Amino acid sequence: MRVAGIVGLTLVALAGCGGTDSDVDTLTVFATSSLTEVFARLESEFEAANTDLDVVVSNAASSELARQIIEGAPADVFAAADLMNMDRVSDQIDGSPIVFATNRLQIVTEPGNPRGVTSLDDLADPSLLFVTSDRRVPIGGYTETVLQRAGVSVRPVSYEENVKAILNKVATGEADVGIVFVTDVLAAGSRVTGVVIPDEANVVAQYPMARLNSSDGARRFVDFVTSSTGRAILGEFGFGAP
Amino acid sequence: MIRMRRNRRTHRPPIAILVLAAIAVAFFTLPFLGILWRTPWSDAIDVIRDESVRQALWLSILTSVLATAVAIVIGVPLAWVLARVDFRFRNVVRALATLSMVLPPVVGGVALFFSFGRRGLFGQYLYDWFGIRLPFTTAGVVVAQTFVAMPFLVLTVESAFRQFDMRYEDAARSLGAGRWHAFRRITLPTIRPAIIAGLVLAWARALGEFGATITFAGNLPGTTQTMPLATYIALESDPGAALVLSIVLIVISFGVLIGLRDRWLGNPHEVTRS
Repeated sequence: MRVAGIVGLTLVALAGCGGTDSDVDTLTVFATSSLTEVFARLESEFEAANTDLDVVVSNAASSELARQIIEGAPADVFAAADLMNMDRVSDQIDGSPIVFATNRLQIVTEPGNPRGVTSLDDLADPSLLFVTSDRRVPIGGYTETVLQRAGVSVRPVSYEENVKAILNKVATGEADVGIVFVTDVLAAGSRVTGVVIPDEANVVAQYPMARLNSSDGARRFVDFVTSSTGRAILGEFGFGAP
Repeated sequence: MIRMRRNRRTHRPPIAILVLAAIAVAFFTLPFLGILWRTPWSDAIDVIRDESVRQALWLSILTSVLATAVAIVIGVPLAWVLARVDFRFRNVVRALATLSMVLPPVVGGVALFFSFGRRGLFGQYLYDWFGIRLPFTTAGVVVAQTFVAMPFLVLTVESAFRQFDMRYEDAARSLGAGRWHAFRRITLPTIRPAIIAGLVLAWARALGEFGATITFAGNLPGTTQTMPLATYIALESDPGAALVLSIVLIVISFGVLIGLRDRWLGNPHEVTRS
């Protein structure tokens, strides 16, 4: 019993130790799912150059993040994958949104592309299990546009929560094919295989970012992401220039 | 003097208990008041009439009833074995059977995914040999719901079996009744309140299941989008609709709980009925 008590107290003390250092301010960034990897890198580079700020990034679908912001979530910066979801929070932002990057769509399959998918037309095959997202999620909206333009009619087997969920369903072999962003395929490496969608059939996704308050930290972060350093990092991860 | 005071005290509950109980009631009631306050009643009819809402409702009822049925068919025998048969790893089996009750549902969904998914440990044989696929199907929803709901039934029924005095059954058998006959006519009727309580708990859990469903079965209106999933999706873009869906679920659940309240609470005297 004694030992359990000592262990328990130690754990509580350790938990308490994770608390706030009064010299460091927290900066909360809401970033859409497709920005997960690149913002993790931007976060560490920014923190290295700004030691008085601790950046905390929360990733989810832009639609989910917009909802949270509308409900009053205490975020400082919001980066979305489409303009529609940024518009939803227009009452909450300080200043105007800046488009800081662009992206394109790509078909994603299991490693090695076992079903031999070569184009959007192949997706119409009813034996292929295709997953996407609801149209209010950026990737879902873009996918719908691309498929409509190509005149391809597809029946999805599931509407996933965000682009990473789509990617994971395909990567684990549960679904045969999906449409995600070029940057997601790049980030997933050997876990998936990408099939290019030609530019004429593709859409350009605009990524807006906005401050949700006038804090200095938010300003510095947005400035960093839009700086040449930030742009270079975004380019490294496959994002296009704004 | 002292005796009179003592009598007065036993008639009135202590204030402290009443206050704490009142806080508990408030804790349960206020969230529902919050929903009622924000629900757009004028749009409610339109929301309910929507095709996807009726699909979600039908799907929820179908899958939760099926899940409960499966839970009864395999759960009651399991409860019997756990209560009556003394075997080596009984505690381990019991822990396994009730593990999904304490696990976060998403974890349950992930576990189902990697075991019964198309490339899962067992799922790959189901798929390669028999062409059976569980994810993205209504059957997958039933599996996910059964996984999380069955422990409730097993625990409740096992407890009832344990409390039931075996001597009644033995007496019946000594008088010539067959094993199954004695079980059906003596034991089952006596533990019926417990079975119904377990059944209601399991059904309610299955109806409200979200995490395992969305992870394992997916989200498609008409096939796998149950009421909880539809509510979650609606929350993103149309909070009003989400509120209406919530009200529908609350009304149904409330109705079932009220309707079965006597069986639910159980009547202590019923236990000894034969």
